[in-house]
Parts: sequence; structure tokens; C-alpha cells
Amino acid sequence: MLPKHSFKGGVHPMHAAGAGKSQTKREAVRDLIPDIVAIPMSMHLGASSRPCVQQGEHVKVGQVIGEPVGFLGLPVHASIAGEVIAVEQRIQLGAAPVTCVVIKNDFTDEWIDGIKGYGNVETLEPSVVIPAVKAAGICGLGGASFPTHVKLSVPEGKKCEVIILNGAECETHLTSDHRLMLENPTRVVDGLRAVMRALNVSRGVIAIEDNKPDAIEVMREHIRGREGVELTVVRAKYPQGSEKQLIRTITGHEVPRGGLPIDVGTIVLNVATAAAIADALIDGRPFIDRITTVTGHVKRPSNLRLRIGTMLEAVIGECGGYNDEAAKIIVGGAMTGFCAPDDTISIAKGTGGIIVLNREESEVYEEGPCIRCGRCVDTCPVGLNPYLMKRYCDANDIAEAEKNNVMDCILCGCCSFTCPSRRFLTASFKIAKERIAQARKR
Amino acid sequence: MNLTISTAPHIRCKDSVKMIMRDVLIALLPTTAAGIYLFGLNSALIVAVSVASAVLAEFVWQKLAKRPVRVKDLSAAVTGLIFALNLPPTAPWWMAMIGSAFAIIVVKQLFGGIGDNFLNPALAARALLLASWPARMTQFVLPTYFSGADAVSSATVLSESGLQARYLDMFLGRIPGTIGEVCKVAILIGFAYLLIRRVISWQVPVIILAVVALLSWIFGSDPLTAILSGGVMFGAVFMATDYTTSPMTAKGQIIFAVGIGVIIVLIRKFGSYPEGVTYAILFMNIVTPLIDKYVAPRLYGEVKKHA
Repeated sequence: MLPKHSFKGGVHPMHAAGAGKSQTKREAVRDLIPDIVAIPMSMHLGASSRPCVQQGEHVKVGQVIGEPVGFLGLPVHASIAGEVIAVEQRIQLGAAPVTCVVIKNDFTDEWIDGIKGYGNVETLEPSVVIPAVKAAGICGLGGASFPTHVKLSVPEGKKCEVIILNGAECETHLTSDHRLMLENPTRVVDGLRAVMRALNVSRGVIAIEDNKPDAIEVMREHIRGREGVELTVVRAKYPQGSEKQLIRTITGHEVPRGGLPIDVGTIVLNVATAAAIADALIDGRPFIDRITTVTGHVKRPSNLRLRIGTMLEAVIGECGGYNDEAAKIIVGGAMTGFCAPDDTISIAKGTGGIIVLNREESEVYEEGPCIRCGRCVDTCPVGLNPYLMKRYCDANDIAEAEKNNVMDCILCGCCSFTCPSRRFLTASFKIAKERIAQARKR
Repeated sequence: MNLTISTAPHIRCKDSVKMIMRDVLIALLPTTAAGIYLFGLNSALIVAVSVASAVLAEFVWQKLAKRPVRVKDLSAAVTGLIFALNLPPTAPWWMAMIGSAFAIIVVKQLFGGIGDNFLNPALAARALLLASWPARMTQFVLPTYFSGADAVSSATVLSESGLQARYLDMFLGRIPGTIGEVCKVAILIGFAYLLIRRVISWQVPVIILAVVALLSWIFGSDPLTAILSGGVMFGAVFMATDYTTSPMTAKGQIIFAVGIGVIIVLIRKFGSYPEGVTYAILFMNIVTPLIDKYVAPRLYGEVKKHA
């Protein structure tokens, strides 16, 4: 095995054998075709898309149902064929309701006409890549959901030297990227090569945590003979898959404060994003489904290929239902995921995991006093003083929190995870960051 | 559905304040047992009174002040035990009681309770008693278990073989001293336990001992005697590593440890006290906020800028 690459700080949540990922890492991906989908118009970071279909209209798979709005805009596509039964406001993960296009499946799975790809990523014209990525509606599938075509648009005067494919999958429980690399490695590498060719970059690195030896082996076979593509085994440590930490691990460079990865000549894409790019280019297929890990207290923990907009209820049903009282449903991983308000929410482009917790696991902690143990400082991968920032947040002194670099916080959750007093560090920093960002806008 | 909504992270490590304090108590067991074995039953009485009055003082104070009662976190028990181990085996039980209550109420609770005290409570109480009853606090006897042996001489030039025997005595605890400080092997067992349980890191104790040994050697004393005598090892392992009163960053802790080592040797060499561990640690406790203010961890992306 290659020397283990890593970064400063971090934690090992649920890394013990038998915990988290082991529930699903051997579960091959199955398809779920839902009866109905509610496709949110706001699934990526950026302005919501504008719905362009009406109630009663018949849509085909791949048809644009939401048009991009603004610089960070992305189109949204119908993920099933059938009748639009509603265009309505529905509650998703945030507080505000989101416009959704609800489609009832006619089970014809009829695609729109004119779907045609370029066949081979090594021969296509490099200039077609970015427009095709945008047209396919692709955003980062690791969770942040940043529009991929914007990420790939290198600003004037900057040069991308290395594309990093993030296959670390450092979050707890999730194995969707792991399964993707095992089951569809060619598309992952194809996506990387397409981006390398589009940006004229000669080096592409696939980073995989050392807890996935089978995926490492498969990917290593599939990069053989692919120009400029290499594989780096990184240490399994959370948050290894955080963009900035991964860049540090792979290149040794740090993204300057307030800067972007491109400032150090890097672009980081999730492996699933790369596969989606390959699908869009090779087959001309817009982004309509993704692999999601469904685990925790369900009867049959699974990895499912889900159409975007599939509702949670159907997803849980496909997994045999709950096997205990469901007390909390996490969308994403246990370190950074959001809580679902109920089981009517939709699978969005960035939904990599669904984790069902029982009553015992959903315990609401009581915050204790800081004992100055220093664990938050030791584990912070950014090099912050979380205990100090928290003191200012508690005193409602947001200006001091800002002076103590709360805006550099990546909300990874390491400090909260490790705190023996169960202090709500990350939660306080999230609020402080939002308040500061709002104040800066004014 | 009735689902819990909360912010990330949704999992926490299993460590709690209580678990940490329990580990410290476990780590102090060998030292406590050795002290009682070496010095006899009065030591057991001192330990019992000290722990009980520390816990009781915290309970009563928190009740009266209408603050949440936190004695279950075991931190008061740790303070009481460490304080007891800092007393001479001949100390009367009421001194243990007064000291423990002072440590908890004045040093810890009046400054805000766990995590907010700026001095190590056990050490501040020891300093109070040193000032109040200097004779009783420095009345050290040979362990009763060995009292038939030769009286221990000090400052005399020992022969080579005599020195080796002396090392063994100091290592096993066949020397006068406070209840907890004499048996070095017991302290090291506790140190190993704390390291294995990851309650503390090795840096602070090891740096203190290294600095004391090195400086003593420079000043012409025997370095091994310097770290095996007095309360250096007990202080380095159990008191300088107190979370609340030591710096938060690894770098800050190195400065803190070096400072303690230097002050111990300076007091021993030039001060009017024979031992300086208490004041060295207390002084560096006071410096800790200053260290934390100026020694920050390096921020990601702060310095380097890639061309």
C-alpha cells in the first residue's frame, strides 16, 4: 500500500469494525423506480430553477422541467415519464418551502427525443464539455451541490494543474461512492479524463481512503493506460474528504484564506460527479438519478439508484421499512447531515445518504461547561480555537467570534464530536457564520 | 411522524467529563494505595476526609448558590484526592478538611466552577496550608513501614553504591515526603494509564522532568535525584496536566511545561524553600491565559500562498 497521506486534526467517528459503513458496503446498487416524484426546483447552491411545465402536462424522462436562473443556475430534468400532477410548494430540508414539480409515473420510461452523446471522452471536442455539464444539470454530488460547470470555469489568469477526484467518502455510514467505484469504475475515470481534456490538465488524482481496499484495487486496474491519471490512497480520517483538507493531503498546498481551490491550481470533484459528467458526455444523459446509501434502522440497509425527486417514504419502503421506531432521519452523513422533518421529503441531487436513527441514538444532549480539555483545538482541521469562538458566540459577541476566525470554520463537526462536555460548538458556529454573512451583505 | 430535528453532528464520541475524571481517579489509585501502605492508617484517614469534604463542599455550595449540582462529574473527588496526596502523612484530619473545602469553594466555585478556575484547586489549597501551618505542612517522616531503617541523610556526598541504593529507595517510596509523591513507580503506573486512556498527552510531564533534570545537572546537582525527589513527578503527571489550568494548544503546553521545570529548579537552587513544585505550577497557571492569548494554532491557508 502507498504511504498514508493525511492532514492535521480530525477525528475517527464510527471507524470501529461493524459500525456505520459495514451495514451497506457489500450491498450492490439496486434500482428503485418510484410511482411518483416531487422534484424540487432548488437542489443546488444558487438561485432556484424556474418551473417550465404545468399541471396536466405530460413529460418524458430527461425533459427540462426547470430552467436555470442566474449565474449559478442549473436546469432540472424530469426523472420519470408521466403526468405533472402538481407544481406546488413542499417542505424539504430547510425552513422555507420549495417549489416542486410532482410527476406521476406512467411507467413507460420514455425518454425525450434527441438524446445523443459523444460516445468517447478521449475523442470528443474539449470545448463541448462545460456546456454539456451545465445542460445536464450537474452539481457537486458530495453534498455541497455547487454547480459543476461553474467550478470548471477557470477564471482568467488562473491555471488548473491538477484535478482531484474525491473518493474519500469520509462521512459515517455512507458507501454510495464506494459502490460506484466498485461497480462503475470506467465512468468515474471517463469523467475525470473528460474534465482533464476540457481544461487541458495533465494530472488527475483519484483519492480513496485506505478503508476501501477493494475499491482501491478496482480503480487501480481501471486507471491503467489512462493518460495522466493516478491514484492516491489517503488515510481514513474524518474530514479527509473535505475539499480543503483533501487538497492539503494530495498536493501539500493550502487554499489561501478566503480563496478557492483554483488559487492553488486544483479543482476537486466527487467521484459520483465525475461519473455523472461521463454519462452526460458519452450518452448525452441528463442528471436524473443518483446512488444513495439508505441505512441505520431499516430492515434492509441498501445502496439504491434513485430517481431525483423520489420521496423518502418510497425509499424506506424499498428497504423493507423501519426495524425500530424511527426517531431521527439524517439526510447526508452523521457528521454534517440535515434532519428530515418527515418522510415526504424528496431525494435531491446532493442526497448521498439516508440514515435512520432510533430513539436511543437520537438522544438530545445536555450541554455541559467547558473544562478546557483542548480536544476541540486538537481536532480542528482548520486550526481554530473552537472553545474560544464558542465563548464569544455564547456571549452573543459575534464581532469577537469573527475576529477569532469563525468564518474559516468548515462546520465539519469534529469539535462537537470530540467534546466531552457535549457542547454545541458546531451549531453555534453555524449560526454565527450565517449572521456574519448576512451582515456583510448589507 | 414525530422526528427529532437537530443540527449536525448527529453523533458524539463516548467520552464524557465523568469518564475522564473517573480515569484520573483510577490513575491515582496506585499512588494512593502506595501512600497508605507506606505511611499507615492516618494517610487513609486524610484521603477519606479530604475526598469527602471536597465532594460535600461542592454539593452544599451548588445547592446554596442554586446552581446545577455537578458532583456526579467526579471532579470534586479528583480535587479532594489530589489534595490529600499533597499532604504530609502526619497531617491532622481537620487540615485535610479545611484545605479541601477551600480548594472547592474559594478556588474553584467562586471563580465559576469546573473549567473556570484559574488556579489548580488542590495546589492553591496546599499553598494556603503551607502559609498557615508551615511547620505541620513540612513535617515529613520516613514511611512507617521502613522506620526501622537508617535515617535518610541529605546533602551528603553519597558513594557510588550508596547512590544506587538511594535511587531505588526514591523510586519505591522509601523516603519521607507527602502521601502521594514518594512512590515513583506508582506514579508512573498512573501516568501510563492516563496515556493509554488518552486522558493526557506525554509532553507536559516529560518536558517538566527533562527540564528539571537538565537544569539541575547544569547547576551541578545529580539529575536523577532531582526528578526522583520531592514532588516533581507527582506534580508533573497529575497537577501540571490539569485541563483547566494549563494551555489549550500543544505549543502553549510546551511553553507551560518548560516554565514549570525552570521555576522548580530556580526555587530549589536559589529560593528559601527546599521544594518549588507547588509554586512553579501555580505561577504557570497564572501565566496560562497569557500563553493562550498569544499562542494560537496555525490557521489553514494563513501563511502559504501558492504561486
